[in-house]
Amino acid sequence: MWRQTSHARRVSAQRTDNVQVWSAARAALDGLPHGAGLNIAHEAVDRHVLHGRGGETAIRWLGKKGDRRELTYEQLRDESNRFANLLVGLGVVPGERVFVLLGRVPELYVSVLGALKHRTVVCPLFSSFGPEPIKQRVNLGSASVLVTTAAHYARKIVPIRSELSTLRHVVLVSDDVAPEPEDGVMSWALLMGEASSSYRIGPTSPEDPALLHFTSGTTGTPKGVVHVHEAVVAHHATGTHVLDLRAGDIFWCTADPGWVTGTSYGIVSPLTHGATLIVDEADFDVDRWYGILQSERVNVWYTAPTAIRMLMRAGTKAVRGHDLSALRVVASVGEPLNPEAVIWGRAAYGMDILDNWWQTETGGIMIANRPGLAVKPGSMGVAVPGIEAQILRRDPAGHLEMNDGEPAIEPPGVDGELALRVGWPSMFRAYLGMEDRYRKCFAGSWYRTGDLARIDDDGYFWFVGRADDVIKSAGHLIGPFEVESALMEHAAIAEAGVIGIPDPVIGEVVKAFVVLKQGVVDDPALRRDLMAHARRKLGAVIAPREIVVRNELPHTRSGKIMRRLLKARELEAHG
Amino acid sequence: MNRTSAEMDRLVREVLSDIAAEADINALPADKDLRDALDIDSVDFLNFIAALHEQTGVDVPERDYPSLTTIARCVDYLSKASVADS
Repeated sequence: MWRQTSHARRVSAQRTDNVQVWSAARAALDGLPHGAGLNIAHEAVDRHVLHGRGGETAIRWLGKKGDRRELTYEQLRDESNRFANLLVGLGVVPGERVFVLLGRVPELYVSVLGALKHRTVVCPLFSSFGPEPIKQRVNLGSASVLVTTAAHYARKIVPIRSELSTLRHVVLVSDDVAPEPEDGVMSWALLMGEASSSYRIGPTSPEDPALLHFTSGTTGTPKGVVHVHEAVVAHHATGTHVLDLRAGDIFWCTADPGWVTGTSYGIVSPLTHGATLIVDEADFDVDRWYGILQSERVNVWYTAPTAIRMLMRAGTKAVRGHDLSALRVVASVGEPLNPEAVIWGRAAYGMDILDNWWQTETGGIMIANRPGLAVKPGSMGVAVPGIEAQILRRDPAGHLEMNDGEPAIEPPGVDGELALRVGWPSMFRAYLGMEDRYRKCFAGSWYRTGDLARIDDDGYFWFVGRADDVIKSAGHLIGPFEVESALMEHAAIAEAGVIGIPDPVIGEVVKAFVVLKQGVVDDPALRRDLMAHARRKLGAVIAPREIVVRNELPHTRSGKIMRRLLKARELEAHG
Repeated sequence: MNRTSAEMDRLVREVLSDIAAEADINALPADKDLRDALDIDSVDFLNFIAALHEQTGVDVPERDYPSLTTIARCVDYLSKASVADS
């Protein structure tokens, strides 16, 4: 009894603190001149120029082939202004959706920031997506503009172009491929060359939509998660509290902006702090990465468990030859970092790897191991300042226990559903066009994360698992339904069930079980054809790494495939 | 077991087409960067290395991954490694 009372008192005191945390965080930003509101791009770029720091490096780009390019804050302001004017020139108005399908090149950053200035809603898509996921997302988001390369355009957009009915303009960043002249397809270089480098950001309400990221659910289509300009308050504050970002820091977030981490922390948060972003165009490579950490003198490094586990395989010897003395903070997000990796990090880097937890929907880091707090290896840390997190009681069917409109909260040590009290600035404001699914994410004054976890007596959270069938591979959520639907489009497949299989490096790998149509002969050529079909439709990241042919799949009485049973059998078979 | 370069080239292409099943591997120039030409990510690449190991017995340490960027370089690497082993 005493404990509950003290807990209640603590909670109410914390709530008052949280309000203060966010008002202090708002005060740390400038707002648009003349009280015209709050715009992410102004906080990330323009204000630094106004404060006399325009000559400092905003982006240091490292090309795949060893080339380098730097953009100062002033240049980034001018370039993003040009892009905003480019949109004006195309007749694109605030609120419309601008999609970006690019590798990690400077044009990606310029487009995102320019689109934010023009108050369009920007959606960076992962460039490894195949035509199917692109089509679905472009259509769900009713994109008006797509910025991509000629190579991506030819390979991924042309085959689906006629099905993208809202898309009016395609802007091609030049690469090796010469684009065919076509209606509605224009050259980035040409348009940017004509656009003025001065642009005045129009009045922006903190509640205006700014960013769109897609996330996968168990069933149905991916969900378009909408974030507003006010999210920048949380991006900035968590950059301080969790990543210890300071002006002038060299900061490297290894995530691609096609995923929420690569936008919130690969673009917005570090720029609001006046840091220098390292942008590496190339993919993971042990020597390259240690080389970058050393030669760029990276101070703060935000990466993912998959990368850390791959670095572990290379051993501490690979680290030894490199001078990582500039490194102050190493943080990780995407899936729980196993305790061994935290311990290894101490030996390899001489510091704790700070694991943290958040989701596309939360827009920013919510629970974290952070500088100055003892790290418990294997835990995702404690709620960050401004956030109240609790564990909600669930019955075996997944229903919450509600009392007077509020869910029952579990005491420490009991598994339940992780939930966050609503009201933080980077909370998502909608699933685009899916009001019902949005509403279902909330119970009373809590946002339900769909993650199962428990809290210990010290307030540290421990991840238990997903409450649904969503697959977490290399830190990315993959919806089994999306993969199954693509497989079902193959003429030979009658039925498909897709699950995640535990993997020591990437968390889970996508595995598909299919039943063939009557009369179809299962042979190596067919297997290869199925794999080719899946990869062509979905792209390498989402496509199954393995497709198994079965005579039948387990079903519920209503005819749905029982992915859980499929998974349990699979785990049993492989011990 | 020593393979000729032509055999090794065939083997590398065979392994690649199991991974990037959607691509026309036979039409891929031997000196083209694999990651640029094909839609393969780092997981695919690890699977590629594992499959090469299975087929040839050659162990590729992490450090040498950057040497395996094209079919020609793979053939070269594997041929040298198999000679060293035998």
